[in-house]
Amino acid sequence: MPKKYGLVVDITKCNGCYNCFLACRDEYCGNDYPGYSAAQPYSGHFWMRIIEKERGQYPKVKVAYTAIPCMQCEKPTCIDAASNKAVYKRPDGIVIIDPEKAVGQKEIVSACPYRVIYWNEEKNLPQKCTFCAHLLDQGWKVPRCVEACPTGALVFGDLNDPNSEISKIMANAKVEVLHPEYGLEPKVHYIGLPKRFIAGEVVFKDKKDECAEGVKVTLTGNGTTKTVNTDNYGDFEFEGLEADKDYAVVLEHKGYATKKIKVKTKIDVYLGEIVLSKAIAKRS
Amino acid sequence: MSEKVFTSCTVGGPISVYVKDGKIVRVRPLVVDENDLKPWTIEAKGKKFSPPKQVKTAPFTMTERMKVNSEERIKYPMKRIDFDPKSKDRRTENRGKSGYVRISWDEALDIVAGEIKRIRETYGPEALTGITSSHHNWGTVGYKLGPFMRFMHCLGFTFIFDNPDSWEGFHWGSIHTWGFFWRLGCPEPYDLLEDTLKNAEMVVYWSNDPFATWGTYSGGESQIWRIWTREAGIKQVFIDPFCNYTAAVIGDKWFAPKVGTDSAMALAIAYVWLKDDSYDKKYIDTHTIGFDQFKQYVLGKEDGIPKTPQWAEKICGVPARKITSLAKEWASKRTVLSCGVRGGFGGAMRLAYGHEWSRIMVFLQAMQGLGKPGVSMWGGSMGAPHNTDFYFPGYADADGKLFCTNAADKKIPNPVDQRLYRLLFPDAILNPPIEWRGEGFCGQSIEQQLKPYKYPLPGKSEVKMFYRYGSSFIGTMTETNRWVMAYQSPKLEFVVNQDCWWGGETKFADIILPACTNLERDDIAEFSNAGGYSAHGGSGCNYRIIVREQKCIEPLYESKTDYGIFTLLSERLGVKEDFTDGGKTEMDWVKRYFEISSLPKHISWEEFNKKGYYVVPLPENYKSTPALRWFYEGRACDTPDYLNPKRNTEKAHELGTYSGKIEFVSQSLTKHLPDDKERPPMPRYIPSWEGPDSPLAKKYPLQLMSPHPRYSFHTHYDTHSPWLCEIPGHRIFKNGYYYQTVRVHPSDAEPRGINEGDIIKLYNDRGAVLGVVHITERVKPGVVHSYCSSIRYDPLEPGKPYSIDKAGCVNMLSSARMLSKNAPGMAPNSCLIEIEKWEV
Repeated sequence: MPKKYGLVVDITKCNGCYNCFLACRDEYCGNDYPGYSAAQPYSGHFWMRIIEKERGQYPKVKVAYTAIPCMQCEKPTCIDAASNKAVYKRPDGIVIIDPEKAVGQKEIVSACPYRVIYWNEEKNLPQKCTFCAHLLDQGWKVPRCVEACPTGALVFGDLNDPNSEISKIMANAKVEVLHPEYGLEPKVHYIGLPKRFIAGEVVFKDKKDECAEGVKVTLTGNGTTKTVNTDNYGDFEFEGLEADKDYAVVLEHKGYATKKIKVKTKIDVYLGEIVLSKAIAKRS
Repeated sequence: MSEKVFTSCTVGGPISVYVKDGKIVRVRPLVVDENDLKPWTIEAKGKKFSPPKQVKTAPFTMTERMKVNSEERIKYPMKRIDFDPKSKDRRTENRGKSGYVRISWDEALDIVAGEIKRIRETYGPEALTGITSSHHNWGTVGYKLGPFMRFMHCLGFTFIFDNPDSWEGFHWGSIHTWGFFWRLGCPEPYDLLEDTLKNAEMVVYWSNDPFATWGTYSGGESQIWRIWTREAGIKQVFIDPFCNYTAAVIGDKWFAPKVGTDSAMALAIAYVWLKDDSYDKKYIDTHTIGFDQFKQYVLGKEDGIPKTPQWAEKICGVPARKITSLAKEWASKRTVLSCGVRGGFGGAMRLAYGHEWSRIMVFLQAMQGLGKPGVSMWGGSMGAPHNTDFYFPGYADADGKLFCTNAADKKIPNPVDQRLYRLLFPDAILNPPIEWRGEGFCGQSIEQQLKPYKYPLPGKSEVKMFYRYGSSFIGTMTETNRWVMAYQSPKLEFVVNQDCWWGGETKFADIILPACTNLERDDIAEFSNAGGYSAHGGSGCNYRIIVREQKCIEPLYESKTDYGIFTLLSERLGVKEDFTDGGKTEMDWVKRYFEISSLPKHISWEEFNKKGYYVVPLPENYKSTPALRWFYEGRACDTPDYLNPKRNTEKAHELGTYSGKIEFVSQSLTKHLPDDKERPPMPRYIPSWEGPDSPLAKKYPLQLMSPHPRYSFHTHYDTHSPWLCEIPGHRIFKNGYYYQTVRVHPSDAEPRGINEGDIIKLYNDRGAVLGVVHITERVKPGVVHSYCSSIRYDPLEPGKPYSIDKAGCVNMLSSARMLSKNAPGMAPNSCLIEIEKWEV
C-alpha cells in the first residue's frame, strides 16, 4: 500500500517551547527547495503556528498550546481554488503549492478555512507547510518540527502502516481533528484539544480554616451527569466540557445546605470559593 | 556546490551545521548515529521509561543560524567618534551617546595595546580590570574563561569576582545548613530521576520552572521527564507567584504566595508538622543539630508568635486551610522538594533575605527525612544515569580554564592581589572605597564567603581601564542605571568592548573589537558539562556527548576569534610566548584537551576529529547511587561527587557543615557572625525591606518579578535571533519595535486604564522602562512579571542616566541592596513599581 503521511499533535504533552516553530523557520527561511517550496520570509509567516490558550481565572489557570501546521487535507479546498494545477496532492497525501505555478494566486490563501496558507508579498506567492516533503523524499523519517520536539508531543508517520507509531496512537487514543464540520478530512489529528472546564473550591462557613474535602459535586447539563468529590484542598474540577452550554453544579454535604449554581461554559469557569452553610434543622 | 555538515555545540545543546557555499543553511539537533545511542531504561510503578534515541535542544539553539548571521553582529573594529587616545580629555561623558567610526584592526590593536601599556606604566597593573559575560558561546578553548582570562593573567589585573547570580540564597544561606559549598550550596543530583519515578508520590516545585530553565545547559533533554513523572502517577504541585510554564501545563495544584513571603508559608508547614507530630523525629535526632531552637521559634516560644497557617496567611496571602492541607499531604506522601534548576535555585532566593528561605527549604526536607527513597531535593533536570568515570573537564573545573589547565605547559597566576566585586563595580568607580565579604563563587570552603575585602587596597591604584568582554550587565545586574553612570566617569580613562554582537554596554566603549562565534572557529566541549560547582551537570542529558566543535564557516565580516585577537594584542605587549603557551594554535589546544581527557582510551583523534562527537557509553553494570541516600543511611558517601572534601576520608558519612549534620542552628555562622540579625545562625522569616508590607508600597504598589527568561539564554539570542521576538511570551511587536512582554493581572490593568497590547511604562525611583502588556490570569494580583536579561538597552535619551529604556531592561528598576548585610547576593525580586499607559 502506498504511504499516507499524517501527524498527531498531543496537546497534553506540549509545553509551548516553540522548538517546532523555530526548527521550521530554520528549514525554510532563506532556503529554496525547487519543486517543493520557495524560501519563507524571515518574519511574518507561521507555517507551524502555535495558539496559546490561557484557561481559567486566578488561581485556577492552565495553558493549552495547539500547534497548527497545514492540515494536509484529503479534500483540500486550496486545490479547487488554484488554477493551472498550482496546488496538488501527492500520492503520499502531502499537499504541495507549486512555488512557480502558484505565483500571483492570492485566492489560494483565502481558500483555506484553517488559515495556514501565508502570502509572500515579495515573491507574490502563497506558501505553507509541506511536511518537509523535500526531506522525506531524501529519506528523512520525520519533518523538522517533529525532530525538534522534546516531549514526543508530535508524532509523524505512515497512516497506512498499521504498525507505525502514529497508527497505534490513532487506534488507542481519542483523537480529533480541528473543525470536522469543514469536512476536509485533515491528516493532522489532535489529542487533548482544549474544551472547557468548570472548577471551584468548596469552603464550609463554620470551618474556614479547614479544606472541605469529600463534598459531593454533581454536574448536570448538555445531556450528561458527572459526579466528583472535592479533593483534600476542597477543590473540584470538571474538564473536557463542551463550549457554550448550560450546566448546573450541585454541591451536597451532610449537615450542610445544598447549593446549586448555574454555569454557562462561554469560557473556562473558575467559580472561586463556594461557601456551604450549616443546614437549618427542620422544626418538628 | 556541495553541502557539508559540521558539528558544534551551544548553551542549549549540540548541533549539526549544514553549510553550502560558505553559508550556514541549516542547524539541526546533533545527528547521532543510532548505533552510538544506547538508551537506559528506568522501571518504575509498573512502567518502563526510556529516552528517545535523539538529541533534544533548547528552542534558542534552533535559531543559531539567525544568531550567527544577526544584523546586530559587530562587523568591524570601531572607535568612538570623539575619543582621542592622544588627548587627556577622553570625553567620557559622551559614552553611550556618541557614534562610532570604522577603523582598521591595526589601528584598533595599537590603541588598545598602547592604552594598556600607558595605564600599567602610569598606575601599575592594578589599574587594569576586565570581566566577561557568561555563556555567549559554548566551548573550552574559546570559552569566556579561555583566551580572555589567560591574556589578563599574563598582564596581571584587578580581578572582578562574579556574584553567584543564580545561586544567591543557597550560596549565602544553605551552605551554612548542609555544606555543599563545593556546589555553591546546591545539593548533589545523582540518580534522582530514577529515585523520583520509583519512590516519590509528589513533587513540590517551589520557585521552579523546569520547562523554562532548560536544565541550564541541557536543552530539551529533560523535558520528557516531567511527562514521565505524570505518567508515573506522581502529583506535581507548584508554589510561585506566577503560574509558570511548567505549572500551567503539568501542574496539579498552584499556590501563589506574595513575592518574598515564601519563608512564612514554609514555617507554617513546619508548624503543622510539629502540631501533628508528622515529622521524622528519629532523623532529626541522628542527622541534625539545633532543632529544638527552631521548634521553639516555630511554636512561638521565642518571640510569642506561633507560626501558624493563619499567621502565614496574613503575610503570604495563601489561605491557611490550603497551607494546612499541603502540609498534611506532604507529610503523608513521599515528597520531592524541587527548588530551582539545581535543586537550589529559584527566584524566591533572589530577593531580600533569600538565604532564609533557602535554609528553611532544607529544614522542611530534613523534617521528612532527606535522603530517604522518594524524599529528596531535586531540581528535576539533572540526575539521569550518567557515566561519571569518564573524564572530560567542564569550564568551571581548573582544567577548563586556559590559565590554570593541565592542558597548558605553563600555568599563569594573576600577580595582582587587588579585587573587585561585580555588583559593586559601579560603586567602586563612583564612590570608593568599597567593602564586601566573600569571593563571589565561594566553592572552596564555608569560610571563603565570610572573608572581608576592601577596594582599593592600600597604596594601590584604583582601576583606570575596563576591558569588557560581552555586554550583558545592564540587562542582568541590579539598579543598572548605576552602570551607565560608572561608564561615563572620567575615572575610567579607557574602555574596550569585545563581543560578537552589539548589546546594552557596547555603546559605552571607546574601542569596539569584533569577535566571532563558536561556529566560526575550532573548539571542543561536552554537552551541558560545566564541571566544578555544577559537577556532572551533564546528567541533565539522556546521553553524555563530547563534541568536536568544528569551524563551520570563516569568521564573518572582519571578526576574529578571541584567541586570535588576544594573540595579536599579546604580541604587541610582549607576552605572546606566555599567552600562546609557547606558540600553540587553537587546534593545538583542542588536541591538548582531547589528550588530557579520557577520550584517547576510547577513540582516536583522527576519528573524533572527523566524526565530530563521541557518546560516552553507560557502563554495563551501572549502579545507581541516589543523592544523600548514604547520609540518610549513615554510610560513607558513595556518590561520585568528586569535589566533596570529606569523601573517601574517615568523615565520609558527614555533610560539609562543621558538625557534619544538617544544622538548624548554623555552627559556622555562630562562630563567625553570631550577632548578624539579618542572617542569624538560625533562619527566620524577615519581612522584606521592599515588599508588600513596606511603606514604599503606598507609592509603588506593584511587585515586579523578573526571573531568568524562557526563550532566550541570559541576554543571548533575544533580539539577535529575531525569530524569538515573534514568540508572544518573549517580545511583542508594536509600532515597529519588539517590546519586552510584561504580564499584568486584569485587576491591576483595569483601574489603570491599561488594555491588552498597550505600551506601558514600568517605573520607580530607580528608573523607567517600556514594555507591551499582556493581561493574564497567570500572575497573582499585585504582581507584574517581566523576564530579566534584555540584550538591548535603548534609552530614549542616549547617554543620559535614568532615561526611559525602550528595550525593557527591567533590571534598571531593581534595587542594588544585597540579600543582607554580610551576604552580598543580588535581590532583584524585591522590587516595587508602578505602571501606567505610555502615550506615544
